[in-house]
Amino acid sequence: MDLYEYQAKHLFGQHQIPGTPGEVCSTADAAHEVARKIGGQVVVKAQVKTGGRGKAGGVKLAANPEEAATAATAILGMDIKGHTVHRVLVAEASDITEEYYVSFLLDRANRAFLAMASTAGGVEIEEVAATRPQDLAMIRVDALLGVDEKKATEIVDAAHFPPAVRDQVIAIMVKLWKVMVDEDATLVEVNPLVLAPSGMVLALDGKVILDDNANYRHASHADFVDREGTDPIELRAKEFELNYVKLHGEVGIIGNGAGLVMSTLDVVAYAGEEFGGIKPANFLDIGGGASATVMANGLDIVLNDPEVEAVFVNVFGGITSCDAVANGVLQALEMLKSEGSPLSKPIVCRIDGNNAVEGRRILSEANHPLIEIVETMDDAACRVAELAAARKARK
Amino acid sequence: MAIWLDTNSLILVQGMTGSEGTKHTSRMVASGAQVVAGVTPGKAGQDVDGIPIFNDVQSAMAATGANVSVVFVPPKFAKAAVIEAVDAKIALAVVITEGIPVHDSAQFFQYSQNSGGTRLIGPNCPGIISPGQSNAGIIPADITKAGRIGLVSKSGTLTYQMMYELRDIGFSTCVGIGGDPIIGTTHIDCLQAFQDDPDTDAIVMIGEIGGDAEERAAAYIGQHITKPVVGYVAGFTAPEGKTMGHAGAIVSGSAGTAIAKQEALEAVGVKVGKTPSATARLMRELMQG
Repeated sequence: MDLYEYQAKHLFGQHQIPGTPGEVCSTADAAHEVARKIGGQVVVKAQVKTGGRGKAGGVKLAANPEEAATAATAILGMDIKGHTVHRVLVAEASDITEEYYVSFLLDRANRAFLAMASTAGGVEIEEVAATRPQDLAMIRVDALLGVDEKKATEIVDAAHFPPAVRDQVIAIMVKLWKVMVDEDATLVEVNPLVLAPSGMVLALDGKVILDDNANYRHASHADFVDREGTDPIELRAKEFELNYVKLHGEVGIIGNGAGLVMSTLDVVAYAGEEFGGIKPANFLDIGGGASATVMANGLDIVLNDPEVEAVFVNVFGGITSCDAVANGVLQALEMLKSEGSPLSKPIVCRIDGNNAVEGRRILSEANHPLIEIVETMDDAACRVAELAAARKARK
Repeated sequence: MAIWLDTNSLILVQGMTGSEGTKHTSRMVASGAQVVAGVTPGKAGQDVDGIPIFNDVQSAMAATGANVSVVFVPPKFAKAAVIEAVDAKIALAVVITEGIPVHDSAQFFQYSQNSGGTRLIGPNCPGIISPGQSNAGIIPADITKAGRIGLVSKSGTLTYQMMYELRDIGFSTCVGIGGDPIIGTTHIDCLQAFQDDPDTDAIVMIGEIGGDAEERAAAYIGQHITKPVVGYVAGFTAPEGKTMGHAGAIVSGSAGTAIAKQEALEAVGVKVGKTPSATARLMRELMQG
């Protein structure tokens, strides 16, 4: 889960990482009030989970509460790279003497963690890495040894931080590593970390990505879930504990196993090119087991997506054999019918693997008006794209 | 022969008394694997279908000679279970458990590296099978047969799909390495082992979006692999920033895209199929001349 800047800074605050005072607001009135409490110049910052908000006009300075309210009015509701701004962070505006960069991240390639630090902060770190790599220190962090004061010193010295701020940055690195471990983060990044005229080093921005697999040991992280920013169908799928991602297309996809479902999306998109650009409408992995209840929940979610014109059920029967999968699909449709769900969208089924012949026989004998059986994945993708295109054309 | 798992493999199951552990133990036994012990703390003296349960890995190994562990314990206890297996110096630990926090995986991976005596496969993987010889994990055994193709894949069901499509030709060993950001055995480890295995003639490599493991595997193939390799990559239509089921399957910025992986593989002469079936056809043409 990606956090908003204000959420990241909330975690930084809990770990005593110095920053500037501020509060998140969703109205201009609230921004006015926060600016009044802070006093003096404030910065009003769009809260979006994407970069480049400064260039898009999502960050404004305000000299007084009235200006803060005007800035908030301008920024709230703004669209930044497809993200609607629902909140702004109103924070004390700090003068900046120098800008730095620090982060910890999961290093998949080396199967460890990585510390990055640079005295060239305030710009995109990818740019620093590309144009002046000598200014970006990259130090491996052992997952078992972690970052103590000694390790933090190694990182800070490798990046040649000036003596005047060295000790402060070392202390901040130790605390940032605590955020990384204690909160089960896969990324913590501060850009910029600044030296203020007072001599204090402050985290002016923050980016944190939390590991969803660790949610069970962080009850408080549930507060970070962003309901407004999440597609309503995704929220509903989450209640069913389904592994679902909303995309924008016409073919609803249900399959078992993440790799097979990803592959199904690709094959449908290829086939769809022949039918005027038909695309997959979602990713939905119902897991290896593919039970009737899970299938019913999956069909429920996918059939109720207004963008979906046709559904592709693509199951490889391995652990669960195909006869069980076929019965699961039929039971699922019965369950939906008895719940009064409107059933009109065609469903193309491709089931293969263990006991495939029997599974297909069960489906074809049921003679369900919506179900069509196609033997191979590639042919099924073509057929479902064709059906979706035909229904779309009739609208 | 095969890689890492053969007729000499004696399997113990950590978490055998749990529902998944029990179910898959009987499937492994039915497929001909020698499952000799189960481990569940506090349940020594009990048995599952006649297979004795021990309190810890060390005593299970001492009593039965087990040399492979399959880990089914829930995410919360997985780190401790793997560390226990590493401490007992088991040769191979196959971690099936899905949903382990990545800090835990990073720690137990580092622990296994430091100790040096245990190969980890997974976590969040379907396991490893050498058809006709042994089966450690949840890969269905009856969809294929023994043969001379080696298979390495991040994805479970795509592994099964490929095993099934090429069931008449057959496989030496199939390894599901798992879809998490940190995994114990990589594509490169498998490529290297298949290259060295006299009973493997050709290799299928299945990858997916996220990370740069496929790109690094491509570089390795270019330098070290002389056996023919056929590839497939899933996730061409995945949008940036959305995790596609596997915790590791996410495109961030320009990194980890399917097209980059395909291009890297093709640049070293790997034939990459557009769909799983097309990939199977490429391998069939190769094996049947």
